[in-house]
Amino acid sequence: MSRELLIIVAPLIGSMIAGLFGRYIGKAMARNVTILGMTVSAALAIIVFFEVAVGDGPEIRKEIFSWIIAGDFKVHFGILIDRITATMLIVVSGISTLIHIYSVGYMAEDPHQPRFFSYLSFFTFAMLMLVTGDNFLQLFFGWEGVGLASYLLIGFWYQKESACNAAMKAFLVNRVGDFGFALGIFAIYMVFGTLDYAQVFQMAGTDQYPKTIDFIFFGPSPTITVITLLLFVGAMGKSAQFILHTWLPDAMEGPTPVSALIHAATMVTAGVFMVCRTSPLFELSETSLTVVTLVGATTALFAATVGLVQNDIKKVIAYSTCSQLGYMFFAAGVSAYSAAIFHLMTHAFFKALLFLSAGAVIHAMHHEQDMRKMGGLWKKLPITYTVMMIGTLALTGFPYLAGFFSKDAILEAAYAAHSTSGTIAWVMGMSAAVLTSFYSFRLIFMTFHGKPRDQHAYDHAHEAPWSIRFPLLVLAVGAIFAGMLGAPMVHEGWFKEAIILAPGHDAMANAHHVALWVKWLPFGAFLVGLTLAWFLYIKVTTLPKILAETYLGIYKFLLNAWYFDKLYDKIFVEPAKAIGRGLWQTGDITIIDGYGVNGIAATCGRVAQWFKGVQTGYVYHYAFAMIVGLLVLVTVYS
Amino acid sequence: MLSLVTFFPLAGVLAIIIAARNNANTARYIALIVSLATFVLSLRLLIDFDSSTAAFQFLEESEWLPAYGITYRMGVDGISLPFVLLTTFLTPLCILSSWKSVQKMVQEYMIAFLALEAFVIGVFCALDFILFYILWEAMLIPMFLLIGIWGGPNRVYAALKFFLYTLAGSVLMLIAIIVMKYTAGTFSIPDLMNAPLGFNLQIWLFLGFFVSFAVKVPMWPFHTWLPDAHVEAPTGGSVILAGILLKMGAYGFLRFSIPMLPDAARYFVPLIFGLSLVGVVYTALVALMQKDLKKLIAYSSVSHMGFVTIGIFSFNQQGLEGGILQMINHGIVAGGLFLLVGVIYDRMHTREIAKFGGVVNVMPVYAVIFMLFTMAAVGLPGTNGFVGEFLILLGAFLANKGVAIVATTGLVLGAAYMLWLYKKVFFGVIHSDEVQALKDMDRREMAIFAPLIILIFWIGFYPGPFLEIMHTSVEQLLAQAHTIKAGTAAVSMY
Repeated sequence: MSRELLIIVAPLIGSMIAGLFGRYIGKAMARNVTILGMTVSAALAIIVFFEVAVGDGPEIRKEIFSWIIAGDFKVHFGILIDRITATMLIVVSGISTLIHIYSVGYMAEDPHQPRFFSYLSFFTFAMLMLVTGDNFLQLFFGWEGVGLASYLLIGFWYQKESACNAAMKAFLVNRVGDFGFALGIFAIYMVFGTLDYAQVFQMAGTDQYPKTIDFIFFGPSPTITVITLLLFVGAMGKSAQFILHTWLPDAMEGPTPVSALIHAATMVTAGVFMVCRTSPLFELSETSLTVVTLVGATTALFAATVGLVQNDIKKVIAYSTCSQLGYMFFAAGVSAYSAAIFHLMTHAFFKALLFLSAGAVIHAMHHEQDMRKMGGLWKKLPITYTVMMIGTLALTGFPYLAGFFSKDAILEAAYAAHSTSGTIAWVMGMSAAVLTSFYSFRLIFMTFHGKPRDQHAYDHAHEAPWSIRFPLLVLAVGAIFAGMLGAPMVHEGWFKEAIILAPGHDAMANAHHVALWVKWLPFGAFLVGLTLAWFLYIKVTTLPKILAETYLGIYKFLLNAWYFDKLYDKIFVEPAKAIGRGLWQTGDITIIDGYGVNGIAATCGRVAQWFKGVQTGYVYHYAFAMIVGLLVLVTVYS
Repeated sequence: MLSLVTFFPLAGVLAIIIAARNNANTARYIALIVSLATFVLSLRLLIDFDSSTAAFQFLEESEWLPAYGITYRMGVDGISLPFVLLTTFLTPLCILSSWKSVQKMVQEYMIAFLALEAFVIGVFCALDFILFYILWEAMLIPMFLLIGIWGGPNRVYAALKFFLYTLAGSVLMLIAIIVMKYTAGTFSIPDLMNAPLGFNLQIWLFLGFFVSFAVKVPMWPFHTWLPDAHVEAPTGGSVILAGILLKMGAYGFLRFSIPMLPDAARYFVPLIFGLSLVGVVYTALVALMQKDLKKLIAYSSVSHMGFVTIGIFSFNQQGLEGGILQMINHGIVAGGLFLLVGVIYDRMHTREIAKFGGVVNVMPVYAVIFMLFTMAAVGLPGTNGFVGEFLILLGAFLANKGVAIVATTGLVLGAAYMLWLYKKVFFGVIHSDEVQALKDMDRREMAIFAPLIILIFWIGFYPGPFLEIMHTSVEQLLAQAHTIKAGTAAVSMY
């Protein structure tokens, strides 16, 4: 088995052993097997990364075996590792390994550990399939695989009704996105006759395909715009972008390591990865790029506003993730793909760190997630406090930590794009940066500062075991240095042929030359957010309540995340149920069966009844009929 | 060889009559062994099958009623062979699943089952129209008995509804067959594929066949017999019903409507697409509201078969191969789901979804297998369902984007009802003593699912060998579908 294949398959083997034989080999063995599989995968991923990305090795392409062949339609399983994939491999395998280790401590008391580790490793396998695929169908394969893993892990505690509902919601909302993705794939095949990345991208730059296609009632539309927008619908679902974001906050019902791995560091970034991977297509459609920019920017701002008022520690971080994904998308939208991938990478470190530290807090507080019951914990949890502070500073863009490099690169690129959508994105992104700083420090202050609000829980809080602390420390190091080390990524041409820019799309190149005030404005946003949070949650702690009561409408609007859940219930869920019931009761039972099937049967019965009435059995009735008949015959034929 | 495969189950019938008059267990073993032997025999067909030609193979021909031009003629090609194999594959599993759940009149049950198998294989092998028709009708009798005798409380209504529904369709088909004989002068199916027929005549003939096939598929709005039949049928009956009988309708389109009446088939594409789309969405919405496990899966069958007819009438390689593959997949997946419902019905004697909840706590193995079939049903990549659905939708997209878009919504709805079902039955806390007392699957039960699971992944990851069988035949069918027969019409109805 080749090295590249082993990166992908090692987690799968671990997952199968833990899943199928977990009950025989015991908890400890099951989790050790999965950790071993992950370690192998991560070690090889690092080697490959050094070859392909740090060294100047060529990209790796391998065909494994053919998958589906029907007529002209041919798809195989293959491996493509270029610099984008190599970066993703490090992120996925590396963070997944850390989270496996973290879970040893976090899930120690759970009776279903083999199942948990099996799912976690299966997820990693699917995610690796997603990033290493060399064609669109394999991307879709991984895409659906991570969706399944996400469903299983959100619903891991299946006895909780809310967890089961959240799992279903995640799967279904993602299916809506997949609906677009699948259509995009069909359209690609129709236009290019292949689903292979290399061939599609090569042809896209030529004139060998129709430039417009008829798309239902839109009439003839630009081919590439149709394809990229359909693909983007898929990306919106997976990466929880505005209007398809509703599943992500609910997904926090899953165990915290799951939230860190799937719903922060890796799976949710699949949409960003897809857009960057298909940059040769997106680059050809200004319309699609504008849509990507605006959706991303809207999400960045929207999710940040909702994050301001949440009280569940995990929900705050969830909305923060949603918001940061928005940044990545608008970076891609202004053709700063390298900045998007860069931010994806740094974000994976500091957001996983934030989630896992939040997990450590929750663990210490005996599964309490409400920040209103925390406070003053820094004395009890000094290590957790330190690493979480590092994560927060990295997220909010404190100079020389990870987010400072990547987020600023995105904002500068948006500013330097000199397009309307780019400028809108810059303004929204900058406002979101203020809000990010505010909600992040609000979280820190509510959780770790001030006086304990639940003395009993506070007294029992304790620092987590080493299996939990170790991954936190590693991630903290990543959150500090990932930005500095990764900074070369945003230099032109680092990604080589993996990212292709159309002429004139030079936002990223110009971003290095923006004015000084543009470079330092994000730091200003950081300071403003920090000061506000300090004022409201340290200085005048009665103020938040007064504000909430004064502006009750706005507060509730934000607390309920702009009422999207209620809206979707009203316009999708309830009507679907009502229509289903109506079709069944009225359509099937009353109309088709009632008037149709049973109606015909009943009519036959009535006719038979009527005929039966004629057969009276009285001789004189028959005699009478015969005479009438005879008379008729005589009359007719005489 | 073909006749041996077809009628071998009847030898089992005979053996049961002679040897197992008073011993139910002997009857079970005879039925199992005979059906397994039939499966092995049919594998011989697969080995000897030459997938490089579209011609009918293993041909058998002998005079039967020469005065009426009726011949005993059998043969298979790449389109019918998969269905023969599906039948011989599913029958032993059904017999195994009925091992304990059927306790009354065991001998008769096994006889009915074996007879059913023989007739169904015959339907897929027959190359003479009268032979086909006789077997098509004959198969109704054992099925009618299976539902009517071994079924649930409302079995008589369901059995009658099933019988009359299908019979009504068949009558029109018989008329169409006779009209074809008198215009083209033969009952031979291969000959009729080349016989020229006028456009108007084709239209009428198509409609005659259509009702019969549409009832069997079933296409909306001819589907209402299916939920009742499924709910009342015993587990084995449901599996055969979903796994094989439904395929006969679509097989009819593939074997008769399209190659014999290509002009009419093309003319009626909008009708088929329309009904299929309504079927996909309508029945998926109805499935969302079902309270009975079997009824939900029955409605999902209608929805899935809607995909199949869309694929077939896309008239391209992807759609057609996807359609045929999806029929095999549906046989495996829906068959498996009905078997799974049978497993829990045998324990709880109820199918009401609300009575369950938290089953995963007491039956973890069962829950895992059910999840697997659920994922195959919603078409997750890596399972067989994905390959079929993907090819169908791709074919549909190439033929008509609007149709593909509406059909793709079926994927969302399909996931909704299956996941809802799964959640209600398996997740949550146990709230009844009956569920608490459930025992997980035993070895016999697991043995039934093992081959199905292997197929789910095999077709999901490496569908090559399965598609290979049908490539050439599908190519020929496509060529036939695009010929203009009416232009060379020698005879016309008017």
